[in-house]
Amino acid sequence: MNSFDPRINRVKLPALEEFKPLEPLQEWETYEVFHQKKRGDQHIHVGIVHAPDNDTALMFAKESFGRRRQTANLWVVKSRDVVPTDYDDQDIFETTPEKTYREASDYYCMDRIRKYQQEHGIVDRKELRRKEKEKASKK
Amino acid sequence: MSYTGQQKNTIKDLLFKMADDQLILGHRNSEWTGIGPFIEEDIAFSSIAQDKIGQSLALYNILHEQLGEADPDTLGFARSEKEFKCCHLVEYPIGEYEFSLMRNFLFAHADYLRFEMLADSSFEPLAKVAKKFRGEIKYHVMHSDNWIKKLGTANDESHSRMQSALNETFNLALGIFEPSEFENELIEMKIFAGEESLKSKWLETIKPILEEASLKLSDEKDWKPSFGGRKGSHTEYLQPLLNEMGEVFRIDAKAEW
Repeated sequence: MNSFDPRINRVKLPALEEFKPLEPLQEWETYEVFHQKKRGDQHIHVGIVHAPDNDTALMFAKESFGRRRQTANLWVVKSRDVVPTDYDDQDIFETTPEKTYREASDYYCMDRIRKYQQEHGIVDRKELRRKEKEKASKK
Repeated sequence: MSYTGQQKNTIKDLLFKMADDQLILGHRNSEWTGIGPFIEEDIAFSSIAQDKIGQSLALYNILHEQLGEADPDTLGFARSEKEFKCCHLVEYPIGEYEFSLMRNFLFAHADYLRFEMLADSSFEPLAKVAKKFRGEIKYHVMHSDNWIKKLGTANDESHSRMQSALNETFNLALGIFEPSEFENELIEMKIFAGEESLKSKWLETIKPILEEASLKLSDEKDWKPSFGGRKGSHTEYLQPLLNEMGEVFRIDAKAEW
């Protein structure tokens, strides 16, 4: 093989037709990679690596997905252990648009909670902290 | 802390051999970029190569900023072969992948232990970078150990290839520990505890891993360390590499990219 890249020429690769295609079982397992930015955060799916075993999968995941971002922890999970829904059943996720009462955003209850707190002398810590912060910033 | 001229030369000698090892091995390992055995390994090994270049830069920076040497680009690209202090191990061409893996394994362990020792160095700028490199080199060690153990025991072909790679690289690796003429000063000044002490730690570390990988070291009486590199006497492979590496710099020293 003749290449413009001197490194390619140096390794004296065989001509292309000499490469034999892989048999199906020669291929490695696929692993799903999950990335955690900080301790306590959720692990978020970021991609896949191919590897012959768990240790090697972690080793690759570190370089492929942990090197350019803040990372506290990585998980690798064999793709075949993931249980998916069926795309044929995608319609189960469609909801009727009129049913906003099923969504949390449709409830207005804070005014009632505040009223209850005042009546019963309950201190809302969140509210307190907010007020303290406001005071501090005025100083 | 202020040093006498002789003390400065002692420190420089240590820094140059470390920085040159990192630069040349980094360059060699980067030759696998794009032609690694498969994509994930290509990324991992390239990244290890980049770490090495970064480590050499940090060491050249100390030479430049603290010890009055030229800027890192000039040190990396414009010195003659004789002025390089790298060991022979890092100079060899990449060979087959098992050669590069075995070289990286033998080097990474020495590297990790060296910087662990240097974390307590009385020369503060060096102690500081030594601590900074720890995480990077720990990964290099994990990467190497994983492959050495897996390929040493996977099947007959992989085992025999790893064994010949070990046979080819071991004497070269012993060259890492070629004593300098300043060993005693370095130890007295508490800058570095010395090559001999590093070598015995290194042997203690790699032996059980090689054993787990079913790989055999030759008898100690047959060991022939490949010395000379630390004194500027190199293999035939270094000069062509320096030519290639410094090509752009020689055309235009101020080039930016």
